[in-house]
Amino acid sequence: MRHLIDPMDLSVEEIEELLDLADDIIAHKEKYAKVCEGKKLATLFFEPSTRTRLSFEAAMMELGGNVLGFSSSDSSSSAKGESVADTVKVVSCYADIIAMRHPKEGAPLLASLKSDAPIINAGDGGHNHPTQTLTDLLTIRREKGKLSDVTVGFCGDLKFGRTVHSLIKALSRYENIRYIMISPVELEIPKYLREEVFEQKGISYEQVRTIDEVIDRLDILYMTRVQRERFFNEADYIRLKDTYILDMPKLKNAKEDLSILHPLPRVNEISVEVDDDPRACYFRQALNGKYVRMALIMKLLGIEKPE
Amino acid sequence: MKIDSIQNGIVLDHITAGKAMLIYKYLGLDKLDCSVAIIQNATSHKMGRKDILKIDHADYDINLDILGYVDPGISVSFIKDGKTIEKKKVDLPERIVNVVKCKNPRCITTTEQGIQQIFKLADAQKRIYRCIYCETEDQGERISW
Repeated sequence: MRHLIDPMDLSVEEIEELLDLADDIIAHKEKYAKVCEGKKLATLFFEPSTRTRLSFEAAMMELGGNVLGFSSSDSSSSAKGESVADTVKVVSCYADIIAMRHPKEGAPLLASLKSDAPIINAGDGGHNHPTQTLTDLLTIRREKGKLSDVTVGFCGDLKFGRTVHSLIKALSRYENIRYIMISPVELEIPKYLREEVFEQKGISYEQVRTIDEVIDRLDILYMTRVQRERFFNEADYIRLKDTYILDMPKLKNAKEDLSILHPLPRVNEISVEVDDDPRACYFRQALNGKYVRMALIMKLLGIEKPE
Repeated sequence: MKIDSIQNGIVLDHITAGKAMLIYKYLGLDKLDCSVAIIQNATSHKMGRKDILKIDHADYDINLDILGYVDPGISVSFIKDGKTIEKKKVDLPERIVNVVKCKNPRCITTTEQGIQQIFKLADAQKRIYRCIYCETEDQGERISW
């Protein structure tokens, strides 16, 4: 039985198969409308999430399957003190596949060791969020037609942003990716990522402080939010916050075919005026999230692609 | 200095000088009801100085993973009736179970009952172990002294 806990659990070939399947689902939605008939997805969300949970539920419904679950730990038996292991053992009696979000890091891995049904990690604290990584990869491939030979700028909170870390790791397996890290010194990528991804694989990257100095070179700009609580003092936050807000003037020198991605939710790091620019991909990215989850559910349930 | 050889038990040789007490604690040897000899700073041709531990216990089930984690390179000799019946060199273990605990307050190991503390070798050269659940680097916090 396969689970998806860490984005690196999947080989490059498996990711390609999944993205191919997602592309086919997008092109022929009607073909997939009943492939999961009679199957049940349990969404165990021990902490609230709107997009991810709804995206999973919509994905299962569009495959013809059913959905059950809870959307906060208050409404689950964990409020009574039940362990994750017990909850998952019980739920795997009722559901064919489980998508789980939990505030504690590693909870989905623990669940996968106890469950009789495939587990999908739908986010474990600040640790992993593999379906977001698959969403990002599908979006890059659909926007650029490839996953190699691109210049990617990661902007904002690169220290704590789990989606950035996962995407950097996932992209490190493709050829000729040029990485440009755009962040304040306080929010640079963590040491482990520098050592275990860039140094170990001999990949170089640039570290810059402003979007302006590199915007003309980027094929992809992956935006994240700089959060007030990440700074040691208010003055630094106020000094830096606008540097990392993307607006139309900052896009003046950008390539015509730049793709702007954001895992969402956005607060103010991308100005609303950018939404109408064709280079803004983040809402298409959110939609891709549903299709890649459909592909993933099919793969983990062992459902073949219909003719 | 003369220390009697043991008849039945285990000898841990080539311990890096200064680490004998650490190993004594990690293995929980203070809880054994038998003689344990701790030899510190013994002369060694190979190492200059070394520590040695002798455990006079016929049925002691030694956790080699702990030894490999604390000080890879230790030689372990199993003694029966005064003779060495087996000799092993310990390496860095691929994983260690219930030896150290995860320090990350956000890790599932801090709240889940009955969960095993498992660390995996992430970088053999730098001897870095990471919690399998949250990937936090091991800080050497032993489970219970």
